[in-house]
Amino acid sequence: MRRYFLIAIPYVWLVALFLVPFAIVFKISLSDYAVSIPPYVPRFDPEAGIGALIDALDFENFIWLTEDDLYWKAYLSSLKIALISTFFTLLAGYPIAYGMARAPEEWRPTLMMLVILPFWTSFLIRVYAWMGILSNEGFLNQFLMWIGVISEPLTILNTNSAVYIGIVYTYLPFMILPVYSALERLDGSLIEAAEDLGCSRLTAFWLVTIPMSKNGIIAGCFLVFIPVLGEFVIPSLLGGSDTLMIGKVLWEEFFSNRDWPVASAVAVVLLLLLIIPIVLFQRNQQKQQEADQ
Amino acid sequence: MNRMSWFNAVSLTLGFAFLYIPMVILVIFSFNESKLVTVWAGFSTKWYGELLQNDAFLNAAWVTLKVAVFSSTMATVLGTIAAYVLVRGGRFMGRTLFSGMIYAPLVMPEVITGLSLLLLFIGIGLDRGVLTIVLAHTTFSMCYVSVVVSSRLVSFDRSLEEAALDLGCSPAEAFRLVTLPIIAPAVISGWLLAFTLSLDDLVIASFTSGPAATTLPIKIFSAVRLGVSPEINALSTIMISIVTVGVITASLVTKHHVARQKREEQAAVRA
Repeated sequence: MRRYFLIAIPYVWLVALFLVPFAIVFKISLSDYAVSIPPYVPRFDPEAGIGALIDALDFENFIWLTEDDLYWKAYLSSLKIALISTFFTLLAGYPIAYGMARAPEEWRPTLMMLVILPFWTSFLIRVYAWMGILSNEGFLNQFLMWIGVISEPLTILNTNSAVYIGIVYTYLPFMILPVYSALERLDGSLIEAAEDLGCSRLTAFWLVTIPMSKNGIIAGCFLVFIPVLGEFVIPSLLGGSDTLMIGKVLWEEFFSNRDWPVASAVAVVLLLLLIIPIVLFQRNQQKQQEADQ
Repeated sequence: MNRMSWFNAVSLTLGFAFLYIPMVILVIFSFNESKLVTVWAGFSTKWYGELLQNDAFLNAAWVTLKVAVFSSTMATVLGTIAAYVLVRGGRFMGRTLFSGMIYAPLVMPEVITGLSLLLLFIGIGLDRGVLTIVLAHTTFSMCYVSVVVSSRLVSFDRSLEEAALDLGCSPAEAFRLVTLPIIAPAVISGWLLAFTLSLDDLVIASFTSGPAATTLPIKIFSAVRLGVSPEINALSTIMISIVTVGVITASLVTKHHVARQKREEQAAVRA
């Protein structure tokens, strides 16, 4: 009896504050703009009630998403930005994780702390730090002009390049940690064996180290890719007006256009898009757990 | 193996430079005399003074702190129960759904979580304010707590609990006297994680807060949208220092704790 009571506490909480809200999002995504939420929508029609919500099952918000270019482009460009930035994060994170795993053992806790420290620091502040660096009169331009690489300041802030830089910067710890933990467990004698058997260092790295750290790479890529797909803060602070990301579109649809049904429909489609990577990620994690045991 | 190759040394140096230079610049320019953040005009602490005069920021900081303390405490209790149920609870109806609900919020885009919770609060007629932010933060951070705690529960020797039960403890006593002390470090780090997540959250708080309750990230976001400002640099510096001191202290304490545990274990073996 007590056991069920114990199970019920977190269970009921999550059903009420996680599952039910999704049901509501889904329901509202199927309803009409004017009759959606009572007093909060400016063009609220007081005649309509809950009955109208149920009657309005016509998927028109979803059809609207397919008809208006904006949404398609936003989904595609989010996917593109997430893919490219995941790749760059891996490119930047792997050597760091590798260096950490090969560092003297007594350094590793300190290095580990240095990677985790930014993770505890406010996300917003870390994105903000780049606004001062990337602006036209910012530090990067000052530096490049000082060393004479460029004579005119480059426009980086409010472009997609700034978004990529911001994503790589803020999500780097998510890539480094799983890759590092995979590389740390890697048995150094395997690489020595490969080298003894005639592999060059590079071939040994390619044929032994990379495959052995595969699970870490996959976990890191998903940990970056999944949240970036719905990212809002980075595109809205570092991106320009032409930076289309679905998290930003949803935010604007909700707060600026106050079109809650369309915002809900955008959320439902984003969720459907995310199911595939989330399931793949879970599988990878499970496989790794089984391998550990 | 212990010899660093030049490649590793270079990649570590570049990597950590990339991670830290932006923050160092941010901190340095919080002491800049000039209103222009990117031009150095002499040392000054006037932006800190102005920050302390700014009631809007101080109020927001107070709201944020309240939300973080309440939500992380509730999240720790709920998350620990959830972890215990998941790891030790055996089979029960809807276990798959339950573990799905624990893991899903970790990967859910914040915009979706925020939107869905807001629609719930409006649906049940709850006024948006401190309470709704606390509920929202508790919900997503309890999942993080639960993951941290369950990884500790999985790794510790279950026979200790069984021994306590065999020796006449009730399940509640066994939990309090054996399980809880062992998982305590994980519970504490879970609380800290929940606390920082709550302090840091912009998106979910923006959806679930009302005009009466503005948190610090919401305030910062609306300020930095207009561009860089030395006041925000000063605020960031304060926040970065708090986190740095906290993380370094925590890691020293853990190091000490681990060393002591090792000593005690060795002593027990010798005895």
